Amino acid sequence: MSRFLELLGHYNYFVTIFLMMAGLYVVIARGNMIKKLVGMSLFQTSVYLLYISPGKILGGTAPIVDARFAVYSNPLPHVLILTAIVVGVATLALGLALVVRINEAYGSVEEDEIFARDGKTRDGKTRDGETRDGES
Amino acid sequence: MELAINAVLLTLLVAISLGIIRQRSLFGVVLLAGAYSFLIASILIVLDAVDVAMTEAAVGAGISTVVLLATLHLTGSMEYPKPRPAVLPLFVCAVTGVALIWGTWDLPGFGVAVAPIHQATVPEYLRVAEAHLIAPNVVTAVLADYRGYDTMGETTVVFTAGIGVMLLLRGRRKVGADAGLDAKPGAKT
Amino acid sequence: MKQDVILRVGVKTVFPFILMFALYVHFHGDYGPGGGFQAGVIIAAGIILYALVFGSAAAKRVAPVAVVERLVPAGVLIYVFGGIPGLFAGKRFLDYTVYAQDPLHGHEWGVFIVEGGVIVTVAATMIAIFYAFGDRARG
Repeated sequence: MSRFLELLGHYNYFVTIFLMMAGLYVVIARGNMIKKLVGMSLFQTSVYLLYISPGKILGGTAPIVDARFAVYSNPLPHVLILTAIVVGVATLALGLALVVRINEAYGSVEEDEIFARDGKTRDGKTRDGETRDGES
Repeated sequence: MELAINAVLLTLLVAISLGIIRQRSLFGVVLLAGAYSFLIASILIVLDAVDVAMTEAAVGAGISTVVLLATLHLTGSMEYPKPRPAVLPLFVCAVTGVALIWGTWDLPGFGVAVAPIHQATVPEYLRVAEAHLIAPNVVTAVLADYRGYDTMGETTVVFTAGIGVMLLLRGRRKVGADAGLDAKPGAKT
Repeated sequence: MKQDVILRVGVKTVFPFILMFALYVHFHGDYGPGGGFQAGVIIAAGIILYALVFGSAAAKRVAPVAVVERLVPAGVLIYVFGGIPGLFAGKRFLDYTVYAQDPLHGHEWGVFIVEGGVIVTVAATMIAIFYAFGDRARG
Protein backbone atom coordinates (compact mmCIF):
# COMPACT_ATOMS: atom_id res chain seq x y z
CA MET A 1 0.00 0.00 0.00
CA SER A 2 2.79 2.41 0.89
CA ARG A 3 4.48 1.43 -2.36
CA PHE A 4 1.28 2.42 -4.21
CA LEU A 5 1.11 5.76 -2.39
CA GLU A 6 4.73 6.40 -3.24
CA LEU A 7 4.01 5.73 -6.92
CA LEU A 8 0.93 7.96 -6.74
CA GLY A 9 3.13 10.64 -5.22
CA HIS A 10 5.42 10.38 -8.22
CA TYR A 11 2.53 10.34 -10.71
CA ASN A 12 2.89 14.10 -11.32
CA TYR A 13 6.49 13.59 -12.40
CA PHE A 14 5.56 10.70 -14.70
CA VAL A 15 2.82 12.70 -16.41
CA THR A 16 5.09 15.73 -16.68
CA ILE A 17 7.76 13.66 -18.39
CA PHE A 18 5.20 11.94 -20.63
CA LEU A 19 3.87 15.32 -21.81
CA MET A 20 7.41 16.58 -22.31
CA MET A 21 8.23 13.58 -24.51
CA ALA A 22 4.89 13.89 -26.36
CA GLY A 23 5.78 17.50 -27.19
CA LEU A 24 9.30 16.54 -28.22
CA TYR A 25 7.93 13.74 -30.43
CA VAL A 26 5.52 16.08 -32.22
CA VAL A 27 8.29 18.63 -32.75
CA ILE A 28 10.81 16.18 -34.24
CA ALA A 29 8.57 13.62 -35.96
CA ARG A 30 5.93 15.77 -37.65
CA GLY A 31 6.61 17.92 -40.69
CA ASN A 32 3.72 20.35 -40.40
CA MET A 33 4.92 23.59 -38.83
CA ILE A 34 1.65 24.47 -37.10
CA LYS A 35 1.61 21.03 -35.51
CA LYS A 36 5.22 21.52 -34.48
CA LEU A 37 4.24 24.75 -32.70
CA VAL A 38 1.36 22.97 -30.91
CA GLY A 39 3.89 20.32 -29.88
CA MET A 40 6.15 23.05 -28.58
CA SER A 41 3.33 24.39 -26.43
CA LEU A 42 2.71 20.85 -25.15
CA PHE A 43 6.33 20.80 -24.04
CA GLN A 44 5.87 24.23 -22.50
CA THR A 45 2.84 23.19 -20.42
CA SER A 46 4.80 20.21 -19.14
CA VAL A 47 7.35 22.70 -17.84
CA TYR A 48 4.53 24.54 -16.04
CA LEU A 49 3.63 21.27 -14.31
CA LEU A 50 7.29 20.57 -13.56
CA TYR A 51 7.55 23.88 -11.72
CA ILE A 52 4.16 23.98 -10.00
CA SER A 53 3.93 20.35 -8.78
CA PRO A 54 6.79 20.46 -6.25
CA GLY A 55 5.39 23.71 -4.83
CA LYS A 56 2.19 22.02 -3.65
CA ILE A 57 1.86 21.02 0.00
CA LEU A 58 -0.90 18.49 0.70
CA GLY A 59 -3.47 20.15 2.94
CA GLY A 60 -2.12 23.60 2.09
CA THR A 61 -3.96 26.46 0.45
CA ALA A 62 -3.28 29.11 -2.17
CA PRO A 63 -0.59 31.57 -1.06
CA ILE A 64 -2.93 34.40 -0.08
CA VAL A 65 -2.16 35.10 3.55
CA ASP A 66 -5.10 35.08 5.93
CA ALA A 67 -5.42 34.52 9.66
CA ARG A 68 -7.61 31.44 9.10
CA PHE A 69 -4.87 29.39 7.40
CA ALA A 70 -1.44 28.23 8.46
CA VAL A 71 -0.08 26.12 5.56
CA TYR A 72 0.46 27.73 2.17
CA SER A 73 1.76 26.25 -1.05
CA ASN A 74 4.98 27.68 -2.44
CA PRO A 75 4.33 31.01 -4.24
CA LEU A 76 7.70 31.29 -6.00
CA PRO A 77 7.03 28.79 -8.86
CA HIS A 78 3.64 30.47 -9.37
CA VAL A 79 5.33 33.80 -10.03
CA LEU A 80 7.80 32.29 -12.49
CA ILE A 81 5.15 30.36 -14.44
CA LEU A 82 2.59 33.17 -14.43
CA THR A 83 4.89 35.37 -16.48
CA ALA A 84 6.05 32.38 -18.56
CA ILE A 85 2.48 31.71 -19.76
CA VAL A 86 1.99 35.23 -21.11
CA VAL A 87 5.44 35.25 -22.68
CA GLY A 88 4.64 31.80 -24.09
CA VAL A 89 1.55 32.95 -25.96
CA ALA A 90 3.40 36.00 -27.30
CA THR A 91 6.22 33.83 -28.65
CA LEU A 92 3.69 31.30 -30.03
CA ALA A 93 2.09 34.17 -31.95
CA LEU A 94 5.53 35.19 -33.24
CA GLY A 95 6.15 31.63 -34.43
CA LEU A 96 2.76 31.50 -36.12
CA ALA A 97 3.46 34.82 -37.83
CA LEU A 98 6.66 33.29 -39.23
CA VAL A 99 4.63 30.27 -40.41
CA VAL A 100 2.20 32.60 -42.21
CA ARG A 101 5.10 34.32 -43.96
CA ILE A 102 6.70 30.97 -44.89
CA ASN A 103 3.38 29.81 -46.30
CA GLU A 104 3.19 32.96 -48.44
CA ALA A 105 6.72 32.49 -49.74
CA TYR A 106 6.62 28.71 -50.36
CA GLY A 107 2.91 27.93 -50.68
CA SER A 108 3.19 25.24 -48.02
CA VAL A 109 3.76 24.75 -44.30
CA GLU A 110 5.09 21.20 -44.69
CA GLU A 111 8.80 20.89 -44.00
CA ASP A 112 9.34 18.27 -46.77
CA GLU A 113 7.81 20.42 -49.50
CA ILE A 114 9.78 23.47 -48.37
CA PHE A 115 13.07 21.53 -48.46
CA ALA A 116 12.15 20.12 -51.86
CA ARG A 117 11.48 23.58 -53.25
CA ASP A 118 14.71 24.94 -51.83
CA GLY A 119 16.70 22.12 -53.44
CA LYS A 120 15.11 22.93 -56.78
CA THR A 121 15.68 26.67 -56.72
CA ARG A 122 19.26 26.38 -55.48
CA ASP A 123 20.81 24.17 -58.21
CA GLY A 124 17.99 24.14 -60.72
CA LYS A 125 18.14 20.43 -61.67
CA THR A 126 18.99 17.25 -59.75
CA ARG A 127 18.60 18.06 -56.07
CA ASP A 128 14.81 18.15 -56.14
CA GLY A 129 14.20 14.44 -56.65
CA GLU A 130 17.00 13.44 -54.31
CA THR A 131 15.81 15.58 -51.42
CA ARG A 132 12.26 14.36 -51.80
CA ASP A 133 13.38 10.73 -51.69
CA GLY A 134 15.76 11.32 -48.83
CA GLU A 135 13.07 13.00 -46.76
CA SER A 136 10.17 10.61 -47.35
CA MET B 1 -8.83 13.36 -2.02
CA GLU B 2 -6.54 16.00 -3.48
CA LEU B 3 -4.28 13.23 -4.72
CA ALA B 4 -7.19 11.40 -6.37
CA ILE B 5 -8.55 14.48 -8.20
CA ASN B 6 -5.05 15.35 -9.27
CA ALA B 7 -4.43 11.82 -10.62
CA VAL B 8 -7.71 11.74 -12.58
CA LEU B 9 -7.11 15.15 -14.18
CA LEU B 10 -3.54 14.23 -15.09
CA THR B 11 -4.76 11.01 -16.73
CA LEU B 12 -7.23 13.01 -18.82
CA LEU B 13 -4.35 15.27 -19.81
CA VAL B 14 -2.37 12.27 -21.06
CA ALA B 15 -5.39 11.12 -23.10
CA ILE B 16 -5.79 14.54 -24.73
CA SER B 17 -2.09 14.76 -25.55
CA LEU B 18 -2.31 11.36 -27.29
CA GLY B 19 -5.27 12.75 -29.24
CA ILE B 20 -3.20 15.76 -30.28
CA ILE B 21 -0.42 13.50 -31.54
CA ARG B 22 -2.74 11.24 -33.54
CA GLN B 23 -5.13 13.84 -34.96
CA ARG B 24 -4.37 14.76 -38.60
CA SER B 25 -6.91 17.54 -39.00
CA LEU B 26 -5.25 20.69 -37.65
CA PHE B 27 -8.65 22.14 -36.77
CA GLY B 28 -9.16 19.18 -34.43
CA VAL B 29 -5.66 19.68 -33.02
CA VAL B 30 -6.43 23.32 -32.17
CA LEU B 31 -9.70 22.44 -30.44
CA LEU B 32 -7.97 19.66 -28.48
CA ALA B 33 -5.28 22.15 -27.49
CA GLY B 34 -8.03 24.45 -26.13
CA ALA B 35 -9.49 21.60 -24.06
CA TYR B 36 -5.97 20.74 -22.90
CA SER B 37 -5.49 24.31 -21.65
CA PHE B 38 -8.71 24.24 -19.64
CA LEU B 39 -7.65 20.95 -18.10
CA ILE B 40 -4.24 22.38 -17.21
CA ALA B 41 -6.06 25.32 -15.58
CA SER B 42 -8.13 22.91 -13.45
CA ILE B 43 -5.00 21.03 -12.42
CA LEU B 44 -3.34 24.31 -11.47
CA ILE B 45 -6.30 25.10 -9.19
CA VAL B 46 -5.91 21.70 -7.52
CA LEU B 47 -2.21 22.52 -7.10
CA ASP B 48 -3.17 25.83 -5.36
CA ALA B 49 -1.79 28.00 -8.16
CA VAL B 50 -4.91 30.15 -8.58
CA ASP B 51 -3.16 33.10 -10.22
CA VAL B 52 -1.53 30.86 -12.79
CA ALA B 53 -4.80 29.01 -13.44
CA MET B 54 -6.59 32.27 -14.19
CA THR B 55 -3.90 33.29 -16.67
CA GLU B 56 -3.84 29.88 -18.35
CA ALA B 57 -7.64 29.80 -18.74
CA ALA B 58 -7.68 33.22 -20.43
CA VAL B 59 -4.51 32.73 -22.50
CA GLY B 60 -4.51 29.05 -23.41
CA ALA B 61 -8.18 28.53 -24.13
CA GLY B 62 -8.94 32.06 -25.32
CA ILE B 63 -6.15 33.94 -27.03
CA SER B 64 -3.87 31.16 -28.31
CA THR B 65 -6.84 29.21 -29.73
CA VAL B 66 -7.99 32.28 -31.65
CA VAL B 67 -4.49 33.00 -32.95
CA LEU B 68 -4.04 29.37 -34.04
CA LEU B 69 -7.41 29.40 -35.82
CA ALA B 70 -6.46 32.65 -37.57
CA THR B 71 -3.25 30.98 -38.77
CA LEU B 72 -5.23 27.99 -40.05
CA HIS B 73 -7.45 30.39 -41.97
CA LEU B 74 -4.35 31.93 -43.57
CA THR B 75 -2.56 28.66 -44.37
CA GLY B 76 -4.70 25.53 -44.55
CA SER B 77 -6.11 23.06 -42.09
CA MET B 78 -4.92 19.62 -43.13
CA GLU B 79 -1.67 18.00 -42.22
CA TYR B 80 0.34 16.33 -44.97
CA PRO B 81 -1.34 12.93 -45.46
CA LYS B 82 1.87 10.90 -45.79
CA PRO B 83 3.40 10.34 -42.35
CA ARG B 84 7.15 10.39 -42.11
CA PRO B 85 9.02 7.39 -40.67
CA ALA B 86 8.69 7.77 -36.91
CA VAL B 87 10.98 5.05 -35.54
CA LEU B 88 13.99 7.23 -34.76
CA PRO B 89 12.02 10.07 -33.06
CA LEU B 90 10.07 7.49 -31.03
CA PHE B 91 13.34 5.86 -29.96
CA VAL B 92 14.88 9.20 -28.97
CA CYS B 93 11.76 10.16 -26.96
CA ALA B 94 11.60 6.77 -25.24
CA VAL B 95 15.27 6.85 -24.21
CA THR B 96 15.07 10.44 -22.97
CA GLY B 97 11.82 9.72 -21.13
CA VAL B 98 13.21 6.65 -19.37
CA ALA B 99 16.33 8.57 -18.37
CA LEU B 100 14.22 11.42 -16.95
CA ILE B 101 11.93 9.03 -15.05
CA TRP B 102 14.99 7.31 -13.64
CA GLY B 103 16.08 10.75 -12.46
CA THR B 104 12.79 11.37 -10.60
CA TRP B 105 13.48 8.59 -8.07
CA ASP B 106 15.69 10.95 -6.12
CA LEU B 107 13.08 13.72 -6.04
CA PRO B 108 10.94 14.22 -2.94
CA GLY B 109 7.37 12.88 -3.10
CA PHE B 110 4.44 15.01 -4.15
CA GLY B 111 3.04 17.47 -1.60
CA VAL B 112 5.56 16.84 1.16
CA ALA B 113 6.07 19.87 3.40
CA VAL B 114 9.70 19.02 4.26
CA ALA B 115 10.86 19.12 0.61
CA PRO B 116 13.88 21.39 0.04
CA ILE B 117 11.89 23.77 -2.17
CA HIS B 118 9.92 24.94 0.88
CA GLN B 119 12.95 25.59 3.08
CA ALA B 120 14.73 28.59 1.55
CA THR B 121 13.45 32.14 0.82
CA VAL B 122 9.76 31.33 0.82
CA PRO B 123 9.24 31.10 4.61
CA GLU B 124 10.67 34.62 4.72
CA TYR B 125 8.12 35.87 2.15
CA LEU B 126 5.29 34.26 4.10
CA ARG B 127 6.55 35.68 7.41
CA VAL B 128 6.73 39.21 5.96
CA ALA B 129 3.25 38.83 4.46
CA GLU B 130 1.83 37.59 7.76
CA ALA B 131 3.34 40.64 9.48
CA HIS B 132 1.37 42.79 6.96
CA LEU B 133 4.52 44.31 5.48
CA ILE B 134 3.64 43.30 1.89
CA ALA B 135 0.40 42.51 0.09
CA PRO B 136 -1.49 39.45 1.39
CA ASN B 137 -1.38 37.84 -2.04
CA VAL B 138 2.24 36.74 -1.90
CA VAL B 139 2.29 36.00 -5.65
CA THR B 140 1.58 39.63 -6.54
CA ALA B 141 4.02 40.87 -3.92
CA VAL B 142 6.85 38.67 -5.18
CA LEU B 143 6.00 39.42 -8.82
CA ALA B 144 6.04 43.19 -8.59
CA ASP B 145 8.16 43.79 -5.52
CA TYR B 146 10.81 41.17 -4.79
CA ARG B 147 11.28 40.15 -8.42
CA GLY B 148 10.61 43.52 -10.04
CA TYR B 149 13.59 43.28 -12.40
CA ASP B 150 12.46 39.87 -13.58
CA THR B 151 8.95 41.12 -14.34
CA MET B 152 10.37 44.12 -16.19
CA GLY B 153 12.27 41.68 -18.39
CA GLU B 154 9.14 39.62 -18.99
CA THR B 155 7.16 42.72 -19.97
CA THR B 156 9.91 43.65 -22.40
CA VAL B 157 9.79 40.15 -23.93
CA VAL B 158 6.01 40.42 -24.44
CA PHE B 159 6.54 43.85 -26.01
CA THR B 160 9.30 42.53 -28.31
CA ALA B 161 7.22 39.56 -29.44
CA GLY B 162 4.27 41.85 -30.16
CA ILE B 163 6.45 44.20 -32.23
CA GLY B 164 7.84 41.17 -34.07
CA VAL B 165 4.37 39.92 -35.00
CA MET B 166 3.37 43.38 -36.20
CA LEU B 167 6.52 43.70 -38.34
CA LEU B 168 6.02 40.25 -39.88
CA LEU B 169 2.33 40.59 -40.71
CA ARG B 170 1.97 44.29 -41.43
CA GLY B 171 2.97 44.37 -45.11
CA ARG B 172 0.08 42.88 -47.02
CA ARG B 173 -3.35 43.70 -45.70
CA LYS B 174 -6.88 42.71 -46.54
CA VAL B 175 -8.75 45.11 -48.77
CA GLY B 176 -10.53 47.51 -46.45
CA ALA B 177 -8.56 46.51 -43.35
CA ASP B 178 -7.22 50.03 -43.17
CA ALA B 179 -7.95 53.10 -45.25
CA GLY B 180 -4.99 54.01 -47.47
CA LEU B 181 -3.00 50.82 -46.99
CA ASP B 182 -4.81 48.52 -49.38
CA ALA B 183 -3.72 45.02 -50.28
CA LYS B 184 -0.78 44.88 -52.61
CA PRO B 185 -1.24 42.50 -55.55
CA GLY B 186 -0.27 39.03 -54.36
CA ALA B 187 3.46 38.43 -54.04
CA LYS B 188 2.93 34.70 -54.01
CA THR B 189 5.58 32.91 -56.06
CA MET C 1 -21.73 35.19 -36.87
CA LYS C 2 -22.97 38.74 -37.39
CA GLN C 3 -26.51 37.47 -37.97
CA ASP C 4 -26.85 35.33 -34.87
CA VAL C 5 -29.25 37.10 -32.48
CA ILE C 6 -28.41 35.05 -29.40
CA LEU C 7 -24.69 35.62 -29.82
CA ARG C 8 -25.07 39.33 -30.47
CA VAL C 9 -27.34 39.98 -27.49
CA GLY C 10 -25.35 37.63 -25.27
CA VAL C 11 -22.02 39.23 -26.08
CA LYS C 12 -23.45 42.75 -25.71
CA THR C 13 -24.67 41.81 -22.23
CA VAL C 14 -21.49 40.07 -21.14
CA PHE C 15 -18.89 42.39 -22.70
CA PRO C 16 -18.99 45.23 -20.09
CA PHE C 17 -18.84 42.69 -17.30
CA ILE C 18 -15.77 41.06 -18.81
CA LEU C 19 -14.00 44.41 -18.80
CA MET C 20 -15.23 45.19 -15.28
CA PHE C 21 -14.06 41.78 -14.08
CA ALA C 22 -10.67 42.48 -15.61
CA LEU C 23 -10.42 45.76 -13.71
CA TYR C 24 -11.52 43.99 -10.51
CA VAL C 25 -8.85 41.33 -11.05
CA HIS C 26 -6.29 44.06 -11.61
CA PHE C 27 -7.06 46.36 -8.69
CA HIS C 28 -7.89 43.56 -6.29
CA GLY C 29 -4.67 41.74 -7.14
CA ASP C 30 -3.10 42.57 -3.77
CA TYR C 31 -5.83 40.79 -1.82
CA GLY C 32 -7.02 38.01 -4.11
CA PRO C 33 -5.82 36.07 -7.12
CA GLY C 34 -5.01 38.47 -9.90
CA GLY C 35 -2.72 41.20 -11.11
CA GLY C 36 -1.58 42.93 -14.26
CA PHE C 37 -0.87 39.83 -16.37
CA GLN C 38 -4.24 38.18 -15.69
CA ALA C 39 -6.22 41.40 -16.13
CA GLY C 40 -4.38 42.18 -19.36
CA VAL C 41 -5.23 38.87 -20.97
CA ILE C 42 -8.85 39.08 -19.77
CA ILE C 43 -9.25 42.53 -21.39
CA ALA C 44 -7.70 41.20 -24.59
CA ALA C 45 -9.98 38.13 -24.55
CA GLY C 46 -13.00 40.42 -24.13
CA ILE C 47 -12.02 42.61 -27.10
CA ILE C 48 -11.29 39.51 -29.21
CA LEU C 49 -14.73 38.08 -28.34
CA TYR C 50 -16.29 41.37 -29.41
CA ALA C 51 -14.33 41.34 -32.66
CA LEU C 52 -15.32 37.74 -33.42
CA VAL C 53 -19.03 38.44 -33.04
CA PHE C 54 -19.40 42.02 -34.32
CA GLY C 55 -16.58 42.03 -36.83
CA SER C 56 -13.16 43.58 -36.82
CA ALA C 57 -14.38 47.06 -37.85
CA ALA C 58 -16.63 47.36 -34.79
CA ALA C 59 -13.82 46.20 -32.50
CA LYS C 60 -11.52 48.83 -34.01
CA ARG C 61 -13.99 51.50 -32.94
CA VAL C 62 -13.76 50.17 -29.37
CA ALA C 63 -9.97 49.74 -29.42
CA PRO C 64 -8.51 51.73 -32.34
CA VAL C 65 -5.41 50.24 -33.96
CA ALA C 66 -3.36 53.41 -33.55
CA VAL C 67 -4.10 53.59 -29.82
CA VAL C 68 -3.40 49.89 -29.25
CA GLU C 69 -0.10 49.99 -31.10
CA ARG C 70 1.07 53.01 -29.12
CA LEU C 71 0.09 51.38 -25.83
CA VAL C 72 2.38 48.39 -26.48
CA PRO C 73 5.61 50.34 -25.80
CA ALA C 74 3.85 52.75 -23.42
CA GLY C 75 3.36 49.98 -20.84
CA VAL C 76 7.06 49.13 -20.81
CA LEU C 77 7.87 52.82 -20.40
CA ILE C 78 5.41 53.12 -17.48
CA TYR C 79 7.16 50.19 -15.83
CA VAL C 80 10.65 51.61 -16.35
CA PHE C 81 9.73 55.12 -15.26
CA GLY C 82 8.08 53.60 -12.19
CA GLY C 83 11.56 52.51 -11.14
CA ILE C 84 13.40 55.77 -11.78
CA PRO C 85 12.25 57.90 -8.78
CA GLY C 86 14.18 55.48 -6.57
CA LEU C 87 17.40 56.47 -8.37
CA PHE C 88 16.80 60.18 -7.79
CA ALA C 89 16.24 59.55 -4.09
CA GLY C 90 19.66 57.92 -3.87
CA LYS C 91 18.21 54.42 -3.61
CA ARG C 92 18.15 51.52 -6.02
CA PHE C 93 16.25 51.19 -9.30
CA LEU C 94 12.68 49.96 -8.65
CA ASP C 95 12.90 50.88 -4.96
CA TYR C 96 9.31 51.71 -4.07
CA THR C 97 9.87 53.15 -0.60
CA VAL C 98 10.29 56.64 -2.13
CA TYR C 99 6.62 56.91 -3.10
CA ALA C 100 5.35 57.69 0.41
CA GLN C 101 6.60 58.53 3.88
CA ASP C 102 5.49 55.16 5.17
CA PRO C 103 7.52 52.42 3.40
CA LEU C 104 4.55 50.03 3.37
CA HIS C 105 2.42 52.65 1.66
CA GLY C 106 5.27 53.30 -0.76
CA HIS C 107 5.36 49.63 -1.68
CA GLU C 108 1.63 49.72 -2.41
CA TRP C 109 2.07 52.68 -4.76
CA GLY C 110 5.08 51.13 -6.44
CA VAL C 111 3.28 47.84 -7.09
CA PHE C 112 0.28 49.82 -8.37
CA ILE C 113 2.39 51.73 -10.93
CA VAL C 114 4.38 48.72 -12.06
CA GLU C 115 1.28 46.54 -12.44
CA GLY C 116 -0.27 49.37 -14.45
CA GLY C 117 2.61 49.10 -16.89
CA VAL C 118 2.17 45.34 -17.08
CA ILE C 119 -1.58 45.45 -17.79
CA VAL C 120 -1.14 48.07 -20.53
CA THR C 121 1.59 46.16 -22.35
CA VAL C 122 -0.02 42.73 -22.04
CA ALA C 123 -3.51 43.81 -23.10
CA ALA C 124 -2.27 45.98 -25.96
CA THR C 125 0.15 43.31 -27.24
CA MET C 126 -2.49 40.59 -27.27
CA ILE C 127 -5.01 42.82 -29.09
CA ALA C 128 -2.33 43.98 -31.54
CA ILE C 129 -1.38 40.37 -32.30
CA PHE C 130 -5.04 39.56 -32.95
CA TYR C 131 -5.43 42.56 -35.27
CA ALA C 132 -2.22 41.65 -37.11
CA PHE C 133 -3.47 38.11 -37.81
CA GLY C 134 -6.99 39.27 -38.63
CA ASP C 135 -5.88 41.94 -41.10
CA ARG C 136 -3.48 39.76 -43.03
CA ALA C 137 -4.66 39.02 -46.56
CA ARG C 138 -5.03 35.33 -47.35
CA GLY C 139 -2.50 33.89 -49.76
